[in-house]
Amino acid sequence: MVQSLGYLKETASQTAGPYVHIGCTPNFCGIEGVFPTDLGSGPLYNDKTKGERIKVRGFVYDGTGTALKDAMVEIWQADADGFYNSPSETRGKADPNFFGWGRQPGDMATGEFCFDTIKPGRVPFRDSDPRPMAPHILFWIVARGINIGLQTRMYFSDEETANAEDPILSRIEHQVRVPTLIGKRQGDTYRFDIHLQGPDETIFFDI
Amino acid sequence: MKNTLPETGAFYARDRAWQPPALTPLYKTSVTRSPQRAMLSLDGTKTEITGPVFGHNILGELDNDLIRNYARPGEMPIGQRILVHGRVLDERGKGVGGALVEFWQANAGGRYRHKKEMYLAAVDPNFGGVGRTITDEDGYYWFKTIKPGPYPWMNWVNDWRPAHIHFSVFGHGFAQRLITQMYFEGDPLIWKCPIVKTIPDEAAIRQLIAPLDMNATIPMDMRAYKFDIVLRGRRSTFFENRKEGN
Repeated sequence: MVQSLGYLKETASQTAGPYVHIGCTPNFCGIEGVFPTDLGSGPLYNDKTKGERIKVRGFVYDGTGTALKDAMVEIWQADADGFYNSPSETRGKADPNFFGWGRQPGDMATGEFCFDTIKPGRVPFRDSDPRPMAPHILFWIVARGINIGLQTRMYFSDEETANAEDPILSRIEHQVRVPTLIGKRQGDTYRFDIHLQGPDETIFFDI
Repeated sequence: MKNTLPETGAFYARDRAWQPPALTPLYKTSVTRSPQRAMLSLDGTKTEITGPVFGHNILGELDNDLIRNYARPGEMPIGQRILVHGRVLDERGKGVGGALVEFWQANAGGRYRHKKEMYLAAVDPNFGGVGRTITDEDGYYWFKTIKPGPYPWMNWVNDWRPAHIHFSVFGHGFAQRLITQMYFEGDPLIWKCPIVKTIPDEAAIRQLIAPLDMNATIPMDMRAYKFDIVLRGRRSTFFENRKEGN
C-alpha cells in the first residue's frame, strides 16, 4: 500500500429540475417579497459602463427541435477591455461598473432568453500562453433533464479575424461544427441558439 | 475573507466517471436533452479560472431562514423544523470562503410554490421555499427550514422523489459552478430514484446524503442535518507561471 493522497471528491451534480426558478429567479416565478430582485436579472451594464451595448437572444432546443421553456442560462464575460471582475484576475482592475455575470430564465411562453450586455474585449488564453482569445461569452445551461450544467461559449460573427486566430476555435478538429459557437449579428443583437442534441448540436466544453 | 492573496491557478480536471453522464434513460427527460457528441476537453483558460464573487450587500436578514422569510406576521410554516449546516470545501479540503450558496425546496407535503406545479398537496401559505447565504472565511454556512416532503413526478408510472433540497453553489472560479441536491439520512426512496441513480458510483451518491447531526440540534426547537459540499480543487500557480513567485 502507498500513502493516501487525501483529496476529497467533488460533490456529484444533480439536475436543477423544473423548479430551478424558485431558488434562482424567485420573483420571475411569482415568489415575491423574499428577495428584492432576482440575482443577475436586468442589464449587465449601467450608465457608466464602458463598451458597446448589445443584446444576446436565443433559444435552447432539445433533440426533437423543441425549445426548452424551463432552462436557466447564466453568462460570464470580460469587460470592454478584456478584464474579468474577479479576485482571480491577475492583470489589472476590471471596469468597476461591470460585474460580468448575468442569469436569465427563458420566457415562460416561448423559452427565448435575452441578455442586455456589452461586447467583451479580448482576453489572453493563459498566463503561460498569452495569445489573445477572440471576444467571447461563457454560457452555462441547466434545466430539467440536464444532469450536469452544460458549458459553452458564444463568439461573435463580426470578429472573423480574431476568431480565425482564437487558440480554441482554431484547434477544433471538426471545423464544420465551429459555426455552432458563433452568435450572428443582426443590428445590435446577436442571435445565439443552443442545440442540446442532433445535427446542429452545439459544442460543449469540459474545461 | 482571509487576508491572503487570491488563488489564480486552474482547477483540477473534473472526474467525468464520478459525475453523472448526460444520457441516463431511466430519467426520461435526459433522453432528448443530452448531447450525443463528445465534449471538447481542455485545461482552464482565464475565462473559467475567474468567476463572479458576491458581496454580503446582496443578503437580507432572513435570507437563510426559510421558516420566517415568507411567513405572515406572527405565523409559521407547518412541518419539521430543521437546521441545515456544513462547509463548502474544495478537493484539497480547504474551506471555500465567500461562496454564494442558494437553496430551494418543496414544503412539508412535497408541494413546490411554482406556477407550473400541479401536485394536489396543499401550498403552505407561510412557506416560500427559497433562501441563500454566503459562506464565512472557513467555508461554513447554515440555514433554517422545514424538512421537505417526498414528491411524485411524471417519469415512470409510480416514481417519487426522496425528500431533497436543491443547492446552487458559486466558488471562486466559474469552473467550480455546481448545482446538486441534498438527501436525508435513512430515506428509503433515495435508492429507488432515477435522478439519484444518474450518478454511477454509490460512493458519490452517499456523499449527497446528509446525516442527522444531534450535536448541532437545538433542544426543544429544531433538529439538524450536516451537509458538506466539495468543489473542484485548484492547482498552484507554480505549475502555470513561475513569474508569480510561487
